[in-house]
Amino acid sequence: MSVDLAIVGAGPAGMAAAVEAAEHGLSVVVLDDQPEPGGQIYRGIERAGPGLSAILGDEYEAGRALVEDFRSARIDYRPNSAVWRLDAGARIACSRDGAASTVVAGRVLIATGAMERPVPIPGAERPGVMGAGAAQVLLKASGLVPTGRVVLAGSGPLLLLVGCQLLDAGAEVAAVLETTVGGDYLDAAPSLPRALSGWRDLARGVAMKRRLRRAGVEFRSGVSGLAATGDAVRFDGGEIACDLLLLHEGVAPQTHLSRQAGLRHRWHAEQRHWAPAVDSLGRTEEETVLVAGDAGGIAGARAAALSGRIAARLAAGADPARLAAALDRERAMRPLLDRLFRPHTVLPADEALVCRCESLTGGDIRQAVRDGAMGPNQLKAFARAGMGPCQGRMCGLAAAEIVADERGLPVEEVGSFRIRPPIKPLTLGELAAMEGETAEAEAL
Amino acid sequence: MFRRLPEREATITVEIDGKPVPAAPGDSVAAAMFAAGVAAFRHAPVDGGPRGPWCAMGVCFECLVEIDGEPNRQACMTPVREGLRVRRRLEGARQEP
Ligand SMILES: Cc1cc2nc3c(=O)[nH]c(=O)nc-3n(C[C@H](O)[C@H](O)[C@H](O)COP(=O)(O)OP(=O)(O)OC[C@H]3O[C@@H](n4cnc5c(N)ncnc54)[C@H](O)[C@@H]3O)c2cc1C
Ligand code: FES
Repeated sequence: MSVDLAIVGAGPAGMAAAVEAAEHGLSVVVLDDQPEPGGQIYRGIERAGPGLSAILGDEYEAGRALVEDFRSARIDYRPNSAVWRLDAGARIACSRDGAASTVVAGRVLIATGAMERPVPIPGAERPGVMGAGAAQVLLKASGLVPTGRVVLAGSGPLLLLVGCQLLDAGAEVAAVLETTVGGDYLDAAPSLPRALSGWRDLARGVAMKRRLRRAGVEFRSGVSGLAATGDAVRFDGGEIACDLLLLHEGVAPQTHLSRQAGLRHRWHAEQRHWAPAVDSLGRTEEETVLVAGDAGGIAGARAAALSGRIAARLAAGADPARLAAALDRERAMRPLLDRLFRPHTVLPADEALVCRCESLTGGDIRQAVRDGAMGPNQLKAFARAGMGPCQGRMCGLAAAEIVADERGLPVEEVGSFRIRPPIKPLTLGELAAMEGETAEAEAL
Repeated sequence: MFRRLPEREATITVEIDGKPVPAAPGDSVAAAMFAAGVAAFRHAPVDGGPRGPWCAMGVCFECLVEIDGEPNRQACMTPVREGLRVRRRLEGARQEP
């Protein structure tokens, strides 16, 4: 089947794009691998009653109207649909409930959002250690609240937000260990004037810190040498017992689909991640492919919705100028936030597990580089890094950082893993069905 | 390890390693497993150590379990259904609850 616009992702970017595109009369398919619309920030919102809504706060509740608009828009929304291949000319392959299918579209919008940046400290792979965002996923979707002592460690606004939400949900938050050092705040000063529209977000951050402190949560900043021992978190100069350690060092665009599609990517030197090369409106060098939301660079939910609507207008041939101006204002705070919340655990220690699938440590990767691996792709041959089921999602950034560091080159120059389809694992049944369909299509 | 807020009431039953456990509509298999007190979802194929979810959103593949007979499914990306059967692959692992 062929449609005007196929959207991958039903977070704020994808939902807003779908609503706008339908208003402009386009035929729209939305493919999302979750059972409900909302993406990361608004996950589970349709089922959230007053109790959970109060815990998750007004930025969460703000998504309800968008999800309602999305539900009532004239679109073909397909939940539980994981996209595993995108080819130029706008052909998408996806799987839903064990059945594979293809969608052909005039334009494709990649709105796949961000993932939590892996935090490769020693012991991070142990049960009882997870991303702060993961704990938030469990809270939003299932109302799960950790029992026992919780420690949060790392940096970024989401670390504090999750701390406050868990506190409100009745969890015992023992400590917040910030890897951010005082200097980051000073470094950020030059970007202040441009960043005025971000004051609201900064004030929120300050308020969250105050709230946690008032609740008796121990606070430390400039923490280094983090390691998880199983029943405690260790760091340079101390140790705190905990049952659950939540790590967070910001989020990074999910680039597997945009890479597999062959788009060019750029390295973000401050936030230390890759993002597809897009212009300010989300256009790529590929005429048929647009990018919106955090998939194109981290800018938060309000910017995601705006960029989604802009992409829809581009696809409909409508003028996006007014929305583009609003998006610029929304993004004005990014240089400041990017500096304030630089990730700190970017070069893993020798004993930290970097590639979880193949059980390779930082030391193993360094050895592979000394043995002659010149870039991430050679690491596959030398050490099998990035060849397991996660396809390098967990080790890709750290591996590139290590190679660059060892070779004394910028990360941009050492590059990243090549990503091949399928970007999500397929069952044999899905593959067989797909091959049947391809053969049929070719025979026609 | 986790308790459940009353708002997300467990009204269905799934089976984990042969044991019936309650789950809530809207749960992923991973959430139902956490709610049932499971911490180690599998052992790492290479080093044998216990592993569990890191991301809960489909990125890390640390939550791989057998679901309704199909091995290596992502527990965090599979919604629960009445009667769904989960089996952990812990043979040869350093066992943890
Ligand atoms: C775990 C986590 C929690 C977060 N929580 C908050 C928060 O509480 N508050 C906040 O302000 N910001 C939060 N963020 C930041 C968040 O990324 C943005 O605020 C916002 O959600 C971005 O919107 P988006 O539409 O770009 O992407 P998202 O909201 O991430 O939506 C992308 C959607 O695409 C789906 N998807 C991805 N890949 C595929 C594929 N291959 N096939 C099919 N579907 C796919 C995803 O499952 C998701 O539903 C969080 C980020 C993460 C990673
Ligand atoms: S917990 Fe990370 S993929 Fe399931």
